[in-house]
Amino acid sequence: MPTAVTAVTAATLGAVTARQMHFSEPLPLRSGATLPAYSLTYETYGRLNADASNAVLVCHALNASHHVAGVDEQGQPGWWDNLVGPGKPLDTERFFVIGVNNLGSCFGSTGPLQVNPETGRVWGADFPVFTVEDWVDAQARMVQRLGITQLAAVLGGSLGGMQALAWALRHPQRLRHCIAIATAPNLSAQNIAFNEVARRAIVTDPDFHGGHYAAHGVLPRRGLAVARMIGHITYLSDDAMDLKFGRQLRADALQFSTQAIEFQIESYLRHQGDKFAGYFDANTYLLITRALDYFDPAREHGGDLSRAFAVLRQQPGLNEHLRFLLVSFSTDWRFSPARSREIVKALLDNGLAASYAEIDAPHGHDAFLLDDARYHGLLRAYFARLAEGLVSGPSAGPLPSRPGIPSGDRQAYSPTEGRQ
Amino acid sequence: MSERKDLELIADLVPAGARVLDLGCGSGELLATLRDRKGCTGYGIEIADANVQACVKRGLNVVQLNLEEGLALFQDQSFDVVLQLDTLQHLRNAERMLLETARVGRIGIVSFPNFAHWANRLAVLGGRMPVTRALPYQWYDTPNIRVGTHADFGVLARRLGLTVTDSFGLQGGRLVRRWPNLLASMAVYRFENSAVIATTERSAG
Repeated sequence: MPTAVTAVTAATLGAVTARQMHFSEPLPLRSGATLPAYSLTYETYGRLNADASNAVLVCHALNASHHVAGVDEQGQPGWWDNLVGPGKPLDTERFFVIGVNNLGSCFGSTGPLQVNPETGRVWGADFPVFTVEDWVDAQARMVQRLGITQLAAVLGGSLGGMQALAWALRHPQRLRHCIAIATAPNLSAQNIAFNEVARRAIVTDPDFHGGHYAAHGVLPRRGLAVARMIGHITYLSDDAMDLKFGRQLRADALQFSTQAIEFQIESYLRHQGDKFAGYFDANTYLLITRALDYFDPAREHGGDLSRAFAVLRQQPGLNEHLRFLLVSFSTDWRFSPARSREIVKALLDNGLAASYAEIDAPHGHDAFLLDDARYHGLLRAYFARLAEGLVSGPSAGPLPSRPGIPSGDRQAYSPTEGRQ
Repeated sequence: MSERKDLELIADLVPAGARVLDLGCGSGELLATLRDRKGCTGYGIEIADANVQACVKRGLNVVQLNLEEGLALFQDQSFDVVLQLDTLQHLRNAERMLLETARVGRIGIVSFPNFAHWANRLAVLGGRMPVTRALPYQWYDTPNIRVGTHADFGVLARRLGLTVTDSFGLQGGRLVRRWPNLLASMAVYRFENSAVIATTERSAG
């Protein structure tokens, strides 16, 4: 059993420490490759209760890490510190929250920056290609090792939301709530296109060296910075960008230069790009955007998402324990509300227990990371209910019969079944 | 409080254990009652953020959706009962929503303010638009864009091929079965989709 980090003040978790968990059992990947042994870096907040029923796993998106909340050794607050902590919507005084760094990332878990024990060289571009499902399988092993048979919830936004969905599809008996925010059932062609532009920026950087830049003692910083710039544009709404920067100039007058920075938005993007290139790994960026591209649970079901979720109908008593919450943001054009509704439709087609909220927020895709009153109010209400231990009770009920079948033929339903 | 009694009178129309879709479910009071007392299951549809949050707090399934966009999310005949309470009068596409209700559910239950209630008739006779408990708005700020009577709905239901299996009025928390078009401020209809009834009868025969 891990020793849990305890809350220090009512406002923040305070200092948190990352831990490592080593796995010597090989991890088979969807690509057919195998990762022989690996480590996961993780943080936990709050205390695991006696029956290990209050654990919430938080999955991270593209550029984040296991450092979800509190303040790390470098003095940095966690990326979802506004949501997770004592008295916050995901209250660490009630829940045991786990943040884990995904494999292939560059923040501690086994990834392309580390040495491949088989060759003695840095993995670099030889690191195996990962999928969302592979990450989830690795997380599932970690959760088991922590002594948790069934998570109270798996929560994530964007790519993290895809992981939450993959959890429900792959390990439906091992979670009670799947909370997927600002996500999509797969990437659209436009989304893949943005990823491809980002990847081309990286791989065409003269310092990329086929992904083995470590061996050459260089870093493809320029490519990575451009990749971040294009990504960053897609995370913001047109209005939010306009409000923040508009056509503001950096100097008082136009310089009539094609290369100097004229507009504040240029300055901002270059700054964001350079900052990112200073701490993120290029191979990780390639791997993670590819995992985004590949995610498509409907693919094995003829592109029919409802059929993909139909596997859950075969799970005994599923609606008595598993519920979904989908959240989207009105101005998110990268993972638009329409994409979340596709997921909701697939869940409803299968009679699965689900709720959906569409938050009217101006910030675009980034809204899922921000402290919006309606958004956080909703999550606070959801987790408060979850903490009461009642929400995992009956919900959408028995699966619907086909049209024309009289209701008398349906499976009997008891409102007390499956309550905790 | 008559609203709570109204709610209970409508809850009585829903069979125990039914799979329910509540269109415009508000804070989820009725759905929670149906779940807790009658073992019903299902979803609420709601547009207002505060109501969605209230439903989530009650542990209900709620989908945030503008009813004007229709019910494309839901498959044909996927619910035992579709409730549309005090909602119809706000909808631009009220007629289409009724057809959608009949498509999605075996039974539809609809309630709306009855404009032909005697108090309303009296107000209009006096040359003014009525402002009552059931119609609490001024003519210039009312969200009710469809103003109809108990009798009007019967005509529409027939035209749309809906088979009305029950109808009554609600007034002051009481059921009004005698002259509901005159004596009740709220109209309630329970209907079934004739085509579906025919199909069920055929398959039963």
